[in-house]
Amino acid sequence: MDSVARRLSAVGAGAALELRGVTRLFGALAALTDVTITVRPGERRAVLGSNGAGKTTLFNCITGDFPPTSGTIRFFGEDVTHFPPYERIRRGLRRTYQISALFPGLTVQDNVYLACRGVSRGRFSFLRPGQNDALMHAADNLVQAVHLSAVRDQRVAELAHGQQRQLEIALALAGAPRFVLFDEPAAGLSPTERAELVEILTSLPAHIGYIIIEHDMDVALRVVESVTMMHNGRIFKEGVPEEIQSDPEVQELYLGGGHE
Amino acid sequence: MSVTHDTRIQIRSPASSAQRQAARGWPDLNNPAAWIVAVILLIMPLIANGFFLIEIFATTLMLGTIALSLMFLAGYGGMVSLMQLTIAGFAAYMVAVFGTSDNANISLGWPWWLAVPTALTLATIFGTFGGALAVRTEGIYTIMITLAIGAAFYYFTNQNWAIFNGHTGINNVATPHFWGVNWRSDIPFYYVVLAIAALCYFGVDYISRAPFGLALQGVRDNPRRMAALGFNVNAHRVAAYAVASFIAGLAGVLQVWNYRQISPGSVSVGACIDILIIAIVGGITRPIGPYIGALVFVLLRTFALDFLVKIGLDGNRFRLLIGLGFLAIVFWSSDGVIGLWQRWRRSQRPQSDRPNGGRGHG
Ligand SMILES: Nc1ncnc2c1ncn2[C@@H]1O[C@H](COP(=O)(O)OP(=O)(O)OP(=O)(O)O)[C@@H](O)[C@H]1O
Ligand SMILES: [Mg+2]
Repeated sequence: MDSVARRLSAVGAGAALELRGVTRLFGALAALTDVTITVRPGERRAVLGSNGAGKTTLFNCITGDFPPTSGTIRFFGEDVTHFPPYERIRRGLRRTYQISALFPGLTVQDNVYLACRGVSRGRFSFLRPGQNDALMHAADNLVQAVHLSAVRDQRVAELAHGQQRQLEIALALAGAPRFVLFDEPAAGLSPTERAELVEILTSLPAHIGYIIIEHDMDVALRVVESVTMMHNGRIFKEGVPEEIQSDPEVQELYLGGGHE
Repeated sequence: MSVTHDTRIQIRSPASSAQRQAARGWPDLNNPAAWIVAVILLIMPLIANGFFLIEIFATTLMLGTIALSLMFLAGYGGMVSLMQLTIAGFAAYMVAVFGTSDNANISLGWPWWLAVPTALTLATIFGTFGGALAVRTEGIYTIMITLAIGAAFYYFTNQNWAIFNGHTGINNVATPHFWGVNWRSDIPFYYVVLAIAALCYFGVDYISRAPFGLALQGVRDNPRRMAALGFNVNAHRVAAYAVASFIAGLAGVLQVWNYRQISPGSVSVGACIDILIIAIVGGITRPIGPYIGALVFVLLRTFALDFLVKIGLDGNRFRLLIGLGFLAIVFWSSDGVIGLWQRWRRSQRPQSDRPNGGRGHG
């Protein structure tokens, strides 16, 4: 390995998430074109962009829900481009879905318990969890952290929208996440629920970085230190929240209702 | 462990956790009806004659156990497999092939305690392999692949003489005799069947609340999210086929002991579909459903003939009755007889007494 390659791989190892030239096609439609992003461990970033800009597709490529058509994705230095989603999750990546993706036939507790079980051993265990099962307690704590204790034993199908959004977040925080992708977590939440969400996000341990897709600037800009603007599948601006907010191009395209 | 560590919300309510413990246990233990059924099943030989014991109740339990393996896959895993009877039939053939029968060219003459584990192992491998093919598909394609496996096996047994003895099948299969008991005589055999069925029933019920079973229900509800939680979804599905194949294999061993013979007629495509009908008529959300469906099926099959003849119809039309019953039940309740029963129970109770559905499909 020559010195340049060594230096590059060292840079890679220093990034939580590193996308290089990621492109994703849906037939003739390029949902993502040549996206290159580097996110530091612990960094909190917002991805903004109009409808159809490719934000969710970006998440799908990072988690492997849809593999990229071309480009590479590194997670804490490891090339995960061709890993199935579950391998990435086991390495500390987490995500939430824009449209809640829960288990409606199971209880809240069982939903969270599955999330805890998915990133630990014993996924195939035939033994019921006992009274002092560590993962059961972990699930209890997570349920409480997202204020769902009152509905712990209810089936998810019976929950209100706001509660489902909160459960969505709990599922992404199970185990020991290193980096989380939040896809419009505030969508459809009441002002109170939004405040709770901001509190949950800001009280996450400092080593956990995240990317949040959020249309509500009040939420987005309060919980991040950097912003990436997307448009038509491309990144067209990166910066700190103040820069982005005052950028005339951004104002025109996004904040000024520049939806084409 | 919890990343959202927040001291203000760490107080646990002991009442709610005690309540939850009960919900996680064995709800059947608190159900008087379950105890009554258990006692009746245990003292059945005192009540019923040999015909009822074997032709009705043991047959119900055997068919119910095969349908239970389908319920496990469909109800918990969302995978409708039409090959469960084929796997049972394969296990039955293997008992005949490795054990003793009047066909000395084929049967290897192993003792039952060697032939049966071998048959179960091979049946589990067969079903797991079929499952590995089926899990690459979803919904209607799973049904088609498993039906194709069932049909292929049926035609193969018809045409293969070296192992399956063609359309004649294998006759006079030996049944176990030990401790001075002929285990195929009516009463001992009834208890053997009851014990195996109970084992499968409680096993499935237990697994449904264990991590493996919960994860399977997660796969049913949302496979994509399961992958995003760290689960290898296809591995889980294949493992579910392995469990279901073992259960079906157990029932197959009982069946070959019951009839003392096995032939292609027992693994026909029609018989495969009967298992689906049994599971759906009974209801596939809970392990008791398949046994209820099997009882309905066996009663109809046994007594519809007399009934039809009495009202001046061809006795062989009992399938018509089953078909009409099937149609009626699917029309009135998406969850079979147990769905109808639950709806009736709910209508009998005041609103406030409604269970909160905490157990979900578990
Ligand atoms: N599975 C898919 N199949 C085909 N086209 C898709 C698929 N997913 C996304 N697209 C297309 O890719 C483009 C980007 O979609 P994406 O969901 O990533 O946008 P987004 O930025 O998340 O938008 P929104 O703000 O509405 O959530 C859109 O034109 C969309 O129609
Ligand atoms: Mg989106």
